[in-house]
Amino acid sequence: MFNYYSIFHINRGRKGEISRLKGKPLVSIVSAGLSKFGKLEGLYSREIFAQAAKEAFDRCPNLDPKKDIKALFVGHMGESYEHQGHTGATAADWAGLLHIPATRTEAACASSSAALTAGIYAVLSGLCDVVMVGGVEKMTHRTTPEVTEYLAMASDYPFEQWHGITFPGLFALMATAHIHKYSTTEKHLAMIAVKNHYHGSLNPKAHMQKEITLENALSSRVIAWPLKLYDCSLITDGGSCLILTKPELAKKYTDTPVHIIGSGQASDTIGMYEREGFTSLTAAKLAAKKAYEMADVKPEEIDVAEVHDCFTIAEIIAYEDLGFSKPGEGKCLVESGDTKLGGRIPVNTSGGLKAKGHPVGATGTAQAYEIYLQLTEQAGRRQVEDAEIGLTHNVGGSGATAAVHIYRRD
Amino acid sequence: MSEQAQPFTIEQFYKYMLQGKLMGGKCKKCGKIHLPPRPLCDNCFSNEFEWIELPQKGKLLTYTVIHVAPTQFQGMTPYVVGIVRLENGSKIPGMIRGVAPEQIKIGMQLTIDFGTCAATQPWPQWPRYFFKPA
Repeated sequence: MFNYYSIFHINRGRKGEISRLKGKPLVSIVSAGLSKFGKLEGLYSREIFAQAAKEAFDRCPNLDPKKDIKALFVGHMGESYEHQGHTGATAADWAGLLHIPATRTEAACASSSAALTAGIYAVLSGLCDVVMVGGVEKMTHRTTPEVTEYLAMASDYPFEQWHGITFPGLFALMATAHIHKYSTTEKHLAMIAVKNHYHGSLNPKAHMQKEITLENALSSRVIAWPLKLYDCSLITDGGSCLILTKPELAKKYTDTPVHIIGSGQASDTIGMYEREGFTSLTAAKLAAKKAYEMADVKPEEIDVAEVHDCFTIAEIIAYEDLGFSKPGEGKCLVESGDTKLGGRIPVNTSGGLKAKGHPVGATGTAQAYEIYLQLTEQAGRRQVEDAEIGLTHNVGGSGATAAVHIYRRD
Repeated sequence: MSEQAQPFTIEQFYKYMLQGKLMGGKCKKCGKIHLPPRPLCDNCFSNEFEWIELPQKGKLLTYTVIHVAPTQFQGMTPYVVGIVRLENGSKIPGMIRGVAPEQIKIGMQLTIDFGTCAATQPWPQWPRYFFKPA
């Protein structure tokens, strides 16, 4: 049985704006592209983004990219990696889309979900018939301490970074609190890693395509106690993109569009320490509530989901924030196998951030790419049978940004 | 300059730490206490505040032991950081010292220590307070 306590006790935002949209497609995805995820040695992020764009263009022969695409929104988190900012123009240039308006969106690890949100605004406004949204990050050429430092920039500087709190550290603070309050265990966290590595083993584009055991996960070295190496997502290079259009134009480009029927994005305090509690993310609950209402869909109607497993604890919290389980019972879903392929609601069939990899700027639209594959029955060995409704859940930083999108096949 | 005339900034918050004081900004209109102080009350949008001294003791809400640290903290690993709820309800994160990681428990009483607060370096560099068992 599902319980909606965790999402429906929050009541913010105006009802009118959402009820007008109830269940109607906001925009349609007519194509999608994803670069290989992994250690892409010798490639700049612009070259990686071009790989994703090439796949999206090839998938959609009816699309004339130069003529049809009216704007690009591209998520990218850090200039420090490549000493390169101004990612909007760079990505448009190298994707062959010179001269269209191109804008970078930055919301830490939710940067490309923010691009997706911006793309939805652009199409729904009526100003653009077709837009490209996506994201990219090139990370693996940097050392782990350097990456740790760059990622930490998404957290509060004067009180968190300044006192040595890392990104794994922030999620470890949540894990300690969750373990204390709900008797979640390190073994439950390891089970998330094992499940997502299994899914990753079925995804030819995943960074890590090999299974791991509970023993591997539990005995890996500590990064920020209680989180160990296998509780952490991967430092990965990758790019992703989607082509969005108005629902009424979708069939001009493809016979199998995927419609986005719910879109929610929310923010929270930049300092995690200021929040009410540390066992759930208010921004994620608010984004989910808005997306569910807009889509007129309930949590139990979701057939497949990609959630933000930047750390294993984050996937357990996501189950609870999305209403897949009651607060504190997220662990039961991984224990029972409900969220594994073949289970009641498979989560992170791509391998998730954990095994597919987490090139931070690319992650949001890479999640959407997986849902696009699932709802158009192109997911190969990891296909979820008869999947009709999908969901993505993308978190920026320690939860100062969260975005939830809901998708329905045509 | 009198205490009340000091700007309600993060920099000033840390300057008070050099004097051994943990200070917050209290909104004169709605009474909300901001730690750190803010220039705009996020509750009522007032920009009028008064400095109030906050209790230096509190309770540990959650913690972690950092083993992989950013470059500038690498020499200190492993170190413990936590979030503390002060006796007035305000929350503040920081390192915890003077207790072995395995002795740390959620709910334990901690007190802030300004002992290691060195003189401030150019902005944005601040003294590093820490917590220890009360």
